[in-house]
Amino acid sequence: MSRTLPQAKTDAPMPAITPGERNRSLLAEVKKRSGTDFNRCFQCRSCANGCPFVQAMDHPPNAVLRLLQYGLDQQVLECNTIWVCVGCHTCSSQCPMAIDIAAVMDTLRLLAMERGAAIAKPNILDFHEEVLHSLQRYGRAHKLGIMWHYKLQTRRWFSDMDTGLKMLAHRKLELRPSRVQAIDEITGLFKCYWGESR
Amino acid sequence: MSNSEQLDFSYFPGCSMATTAAESNASLMKAARVLGFNLIELEDWNCCGSSSASTLCKDLALGMAARNLSLAPAGRPLVAMCPRCLLYLRRAQARLRQDPEIRRELEERWQRPIPLDLEIMHFLEVMARFGLDRLRQSVKRSLKGLKFVPYYGCTVFGPPDLEREKHYQGEMENILKVLEAQPLIGAYTHRCCGSFLSATDPELVTPLVNEIIDSAVAAGAHCLVTSCAMCQLNLEIRCSSRIKLPIFHFSEVLGLGLGAEDYEGWFIRHLVDPRPLLHNLALVA
Ligand code: SF4
Ligand code: SF4
Repeated sequence: MSRTLPQAKTDAPMPAITPGERNRSLLAEVKKRSGTDFNRCFQCRSCANGCPFVQAMDHPPNAVLRLLQYGLDQQVLECNTIWVCVGCHTCSSQCPMAIDIAAVMDTLRLLAMERGAAIAKPNILDFHEEVLHSLQRYGRAHKLGIMWHYKLQTRRWFSDMDTGLKMLAHRKLELRPSRVQAIDEITGLFKCYWGESR
Repeated sequence: MSNSEQLDFSYFPGCSMATTAAESNASLMKAARVLGFNLIELEDWNCCGSSSASTLCKDLALGMAARNLSLAPAGRPLVAMCPRCLLYLRRAQARLRQDPEIRRELEERWQRPIPLDLEIMHFLEVMARFGLDRLRQSVKRSLKGLKFVPYYGCTVFGPPDLEREKHYQGEMENILKVLEAQPLIGAYTHRCCGSFLSATDPELVTPLVNEIIDSAVAAGAHCLVTSCAMCQLNLEIRCSSRIKLPIFHFSEVLGLGLGAEDYEGWFIRHLVDPRPLLHNLALVA
């Protein structure tokens, strides 16, 4: 099987970097909250070479670590890498320096939301929120409902219809949600995400 | 029955097993019964939180997983079939061990204790630890001639923050060899299936899924056997390669070997019908 080495998209020129002038507040916060110290990273790129989705990322995982070290906070929080990352931990298990890169990505997603950064892949955030709506309502994921609302939200009506119909035909999508009886035990948990109002 | 001693487990199905992968659930129940494993569904379980809660809010993710732990009676292990559910349940338990404050708060909220010493395991571990002899005694149908690629996906091996937990490399092969099926090497066995990107950005997932399936075809496999229901679905719905291989749930192959005759109901739910393969190899009548 012939395969070309995966490369991240690098159409956009990288801005000039002047490390000394940046503050490192994001760096410190990421290290603390992810429990991961990546000073040992020597940019070997094993993480990027193993990442299944590196081709769809604007910066490969190793570059995200570097940008953090350079204090280029906004670029880090607004890159699509952190959203495309599915947390498969391939990078973490391949890193020769035992750096848990997936944990860094996980923390960066939270920080991007907390700090109000522009979300590079809003459709992915929409999807996660639709799942949360379903969990709050039923305590379980109702896939048909999630996909319905997700399509409504992102106006991608006819994309992927074919797959949806096939899944329906094979009875893979239940029409009625399965639910938790003691739903009160669940709904209260959602305050920490939506706030008191919902 | 050869397996006289019944073993009791609490069973956490999770959202996939309860819906999209109902065929995996049905075959698991069948196989477990024959092997003498009593899987007792966790009463009123809820979603483990999935990657969505884990992405958006750590407290919510912890709460969702922890409620399930609070429902598990002490004294018998909790078994999950979905590697992601397993991960989130274990991660929650590890977190509650470290943080008695949060544990107390959640226990008060639900007025139930959350057992911290509860053993949480994947069904593969149940098989590896207690199932091999039982399986040898109960084989009804040889799967000789069936060449499969064991596809574990990315999660069942356990990510780094749980690295002292058990790994399952090789167990699927060990178990299915008892049924005389033939495992093949040389294909992608634990490359990520695409997870939620399959729903949000399918065009990113199709090339990867094709690579996985093509690698199995190149290795000479008849099929792939998965230990994760989400992987099974993604491999089925996102493959656009010319040759599409059937993707079995691990539990289905186990069920077949144990002599199940009600497999029609499982296989009509597959997007790539495995029945022609089974007939060609004369494994089923
Ligand atoms: S694999 Fe580890 S050491 Fe190598 S570039 Fe990635 S994070 Fe750095
Ligand atoms: S965890 Fe994220 S960054 Fe790491 S290999 Fe998987 S998708 Fe890539």
